[in-house]
Amino acid sequence: MYSDKVMDHFENPRNVGEIENASGIGTVGNAKCGDIMRIYLDIDDDGVIKDCKFKTFGCGAAVATSSMATELVKGKSIEEAMKVTNKAVMEALDGLPPVKVHCSLLAEEAIHAALWDYAQKNGIEISGLQKPKSDIHEGEEDGEEY
Amino acid sequence: MEDLKIIYLDNAATTKTAPEVTEAMLPYFTGIYGNPSSVYSLGASAKKAVMDARDLIASTLGAKSNEIYFTGGGSEADNWALIATAEAYASKGRHIITSKIEHHAILHTCGYLEKRGYEISYIDVDENGIIKLEELKAAIRPDTILISVMFANNEIGTIQPIKEIGTIAKERGIIFHTDAVQAYAHVPISVDEMNIDMLSASGHKFHGPKGIGFLYIRTGIKIKSFLHGGGQERGRRAGTENVPGIVGLGKAAQLAFEHLEERAGKETRLRDYLIKRIGEEVPYCKLNGDAGRRLANNVNYSFRFIEGESLLISLDRKGICASSGSACTSGSLDPSHVLLAIGLPHEIAHGSLRLTVSEENTIEEMEKTVEAVKEIVERLRNMSPLYEDFIKSNKNV
Repeated sequence: MYSDKVMDHFENPRNVGEIENASGIGTVGNAKCGDIMRIYLDIDDDGVIKDCKFKTFGCGAAVATSSMATELVKGKSIEEAMKVTNKAVMEALDGLPPVKVHCSLLAEEAIHAALWDYAQKNGIEISGLQKPKSDIHEGEEDGEEY
Repeated sequence: MEDLKIIYLDNAATTKTAPEVTEAMLPYFTGIYGNPSSVYSLGASAKKAVMDARDLIASTLGAKSNEIYFTGGGSEADNWALIATAEAYASKGRHIITSKIEHHAILHTCGYLEKRGYEISYIDVDENGIIKLEELKAAIRPDTILISVMFANNEIGTIQPIKEIGTIAKERGIIFHTDAVQAYAHVPISVDEMNIDMLSASGHKFHGPKGIGFLYIRTGIKIKSFLHGGGQERGRRAGTENVPGIVGLGKAAQLAFEHLEERAGKETRLRDYLIKRIGEEVPYCKLNGDAGRRLANNVNYSFRFIEGESLLISLDRKGICASSGSACTSGSLDPSHVLLAIGLPHEIAHGSLRLTVSEENTIEEMEKTVEAVKEIVERLRNMSPLYEDFIKSNKNV
């Protein structure tokens, strides 16, 4: 079902972990749907992403897209990181099954959410960046209905 | 993967066809290929094989041979039982009672009937997955024509109080159908003692072939024909019989009933080993389903903070075949309706793991599985933001 690249990033995920005093943190998705991604960014004064880490609750594709997304933005400027789309993540993983495309969207959103957090903390505006819609920084949703 | 020895723990999905079953089937592909409906002796030999299988299966249920109708599997039997009963008894009423934890072969067929003017009551189950009998009784109306409740659940292994439900149905003059796909040839069933009017079963759940099953229909039940075009199955299910499949089904049933207690005993030991060790050695887990009223082969655990599909593919890399109620394994956004019905929150339902053993599994395999589950759960938790939040909030307390 998954490409070798996806399996490699699932089994040996790059950049798992947390960053203490991160420049920006973004958490997207929700536990109800079974995917939560959290991205930590360490951005230097020149606006370069020096380090990027992630934690993900989710399926194999969710872990692999998180891992690949961190690889793609690491060492990049904010402007370059903004160009890391879900399509770029998918291509870098040699594709995803159709039902897993949303995982790559979540990875893109997680990067944007972390950049948004960075922008908010520093009172700056990043061109093309909008407030993430599924940021769940406040914690997971409650009030389950079934 | 090639040199990895498979540990197969998904026997509720399907089982390995027993070598005796394959062997019994083979002549009906080659030498005895006649059509059972033909008059010459080649056809008669095939016809006799079908009759023998039917007799044998009837005897395992305490039923009559002419009450057993071969189908293309469990889902077909479920579809037939519901749709054809609904049509046949529409003049009496259009109300059907079922449970919230049925297989989709029942639930989706109920959905189909709802679109055609039938009303369905979906009865709740308790936290262990046992149907609420009082709720079931209260749901009965003058126009109720059918109660359909599964014998044992495919995900959590819970065995329902079938005899009690059968008695309730009989007292009120309502037809009682049970989807026994997970239970038949695993637990003893008597259609008379349990007041079962219809029962669905499937061959590949007990080491028989895939694509063959049967529907038991009690004499006197006015059920409509399912397939039209021939006199097979007393005109109710037309089409040339799947002779090799029927022979294999019969052989598998024979083997299962000869060793029913022995098999269940072996499976129970393996099951209880898994339940005990996982429960004791993996933190933040929960056994789903009833501890006592449970199929001998079923283990179902939820592990907090992790998602089931990633657990499954990690197990697969170690050669362990298992299943999960996670949404990602079903292609939908919602986790298993069974796990939600027993009250699990979505995020915990996503982290479920079903291990279903067979008598062929060994304790060594169970040991390896426990070690693999422990290692994988820990690894996945270490990359889970939910676990991170949980640990941090505990530190702050």
